[in-house]
Amino acid sequence: MTAPTTAVHRVFVVRELGIALALVLLVGVTFAVNTRFLSAQNVKDLLLGSTILAILAVGQAIVIITRNVDLSVGSILGLAAFATGNLFVSNPGMPIPVALLAGIGLGALCGAVNGGLIAAARVPALVVTLGTLYVFRGVDYTWATGKQINAADMPHNFLALGTRSILGVPVLALFAVVVLIGAGIFLRSYRSGRELYAIGSDPDAARLYGIPVGRRVFWAFVASGALAGLAGVLHAARFGTIDANAGLGSELNVVAAVVVGGVAIFGGSGSVYGAALGAVLLTTIGSALPVLGINPFWQRAAVGVLILAAIGLDRSLAVRLARRLRGGSDRGR
Amino acid sequence: MAVDTPVREPVTPPSRTRARGVLGSWDLLVLVALIAVIVVGSLTIDGVGNPRFYRFVILEAIPIALIALPMTLIVITGEIDLSVASTVGLTCSVMGWLWQAGVTSLPLLIAISLALGAVLGAVNGIFVTVFGLPSLAVTIGTLALYRGLAYVVLGDKAVADYPISWTTNMIAPIPGTVVPWFVLVVAVLALLFGVLLHATPIGRGLYAIGNNAEASAYSGIAVLKTKFWLFVATGMVAALAGVFWTFRFASARADNANGLELSVVAAVLLGGVSIFGGRGGLLGVVAAVALLGTLRNALQLADVPANALTIVTGTLLIASVVGPNVVRMARGRLRRRPPPGERTQP
Repeated sequence: MTAPTTAVHRVFVVRELGIALALVLLVGVTFAVNTRFLSAQNVKDLLLGSTILAILAVGQAIVIITRNVDLSVGSILGLAAFATGNLFVSNPGMPIPVALLAGIGLGALCGAVNGGLIAAARVPALVVTLGTLYVFRGVDYTWATGKQINAADMPHNFLALGTRSILGVPVLALFAVVVLIGAGIFLRSYRSGRELYAIGSDPDAARLYGIPVGRRVFWAFVASGALAGLAGVLHAARFGTIDANAGLGSELNVVAAVVVGGVAIFGGSGSVYGAALGAVLLTTIGSALPVLGINPFWQRAAVGVLILAAIGLDRSLAVRLARRLRGGSDRGR
Repeated sequence: MAVDTPVREPVTPPSRTRARGVLGSWDLLVLVALIAVIVVGSLTIDGVGNPRFYRFVILEAIPIALIALPMTLIVITGEIDLSVASTVGLTCSVMGWLWQAGVTSLPLLIAISLALGAVLGAVNGIFVTVFGLPSLAVTIGTLALYRGLAYVVLGDKAVADYPISWTTNMIAPIPGTVVPWFVLVVAVLALLFGVLLHATPIGRGLYAIGNNAEASAYSGIAVLKTKFWLFVATGMVAALAGVFWTFRFASARADNANGLELSVVAAVLLGGVSIFGGRGGLLGVVAAVALLGTLRNALQLADVPANALTIVTGTLLIASVVGPNVVRMARGRLRRRPPPGERTQP
């Protein structure tokens, strides 16, 4: 039993090291070209820029590990961001934790709608969350009716969340770190966390084994929604200006970050650490290109190449792993 | 994604069975809904009965209708192509760039665009069939790549100085009617894809691939070759949509058709095609495109804010999968289904 487990484990360690290495390489080369790339201010900007995508990626990874997908996260982010701003407009003195809880709660509610439909009505996640992508965004538009909430409408200490640092680390990034470590420990060491992987590897086998598949998937979507809600509140704090378009079109970016981070698109493998690294890498590319003297218009193309390279790498790792599990020789493919 | 089967006996994921089971004629249901929207709309909303209204609906629906045709076939084989809108954008950019570079022959511009679309589709096809990568992930990658290249080619400029005659000809009506002539192109393609899907061995093969790719391969269907050419066809049709887009809006921009991929997928799914592959038909998809377009524009005339209309699209999409399942559950488990196929997809 231990031999295959070790092999599997090693492949994943390699996979995350690979993306970390790519990140180090990118940062290193850029730093060599222009040392100001790692100035305190720029590092802070990089971390701030990655935070929201990383939080979304952690939630998305949890869902994708169960062989599902959540396309509605961009819309949930928008809804939560607008709700936060709106709450501050109507209750100027509202404490910040209340705003955070409200955003997370709203996100969790949206996630429960997704998860409930998927688990109870037994319909494919891609279709349902594509539908709720439109519905949540529509609710956001209807609620906002073209209004915009400005920094002046929100209290100072809330907006300070988006700019303040502790020991050089932006407060927003600390949120991402806490979320990441929490989700990482849960997926790695808790029984229900491990069951998410079992569900993603083979839903039918997981069911036969007695895992409550519907319930686990439901909670995975609630988690993804709650994290998207949190991302919405942080979006409000960081940008200060919110209209109904916050997070528009970000869903495929999030999936891209997760895939780049080595989470298999059909579930069962990968980690939230990889997904978060993927988010940081995608963000870093964006700011490294201009420093390297490359036309920033290449950014999206570079992201595309990175996604293709990442899934190609995963495929070859999987093929090699399968070979090793079969006993070393090169039979078959 | 088979998170949905009940605990005790193995049952096919429901959305696979929805076209066959409760609503054997999902196509018909969508058609009836379309007619209902038209009738109710023209009776209650001022302007919906007007021919100009339909001219506008049609012009708006043409790009989605075009791309939905090959997308239907791709989804039926159990794959998906999310890069189509970026293919539209890249085609627009390249056309704009060529025009600025002095290529002023319309047939040449169109030919280059279609060839470009074929290449972009072939790239998707190679990743999926030669390297065996999941199309969902591949085409999210090429979605970013092609859109990125569109920006590389044209930057954030817009090329808009095409001859007026080109842009007006593109949206000109068929003489004596208000129907844009380009609908004929869509109709011919719809007929072609419809015959291919519903009346040829290749079409039967597509359903077989969607139901069980491995079994199809063993029974002699060229699974990989078929999928490859479907991606090529999708790229070409998306490029054609790009040509239309450029002249319809008299503007080539890198961000043309941004986000259109999800509208196309929504129409295909609402049209009754199963996301797991193996089920669905072209008539339902064409009706769904028309339904979404008509409903959107009719509600807009009824002063429903344009942006809130996405709620309608989303709700229809969810209802189209949840509704049949709920009905099916309510009717009880009358029939035993064969065990699920091994391929499931998000």
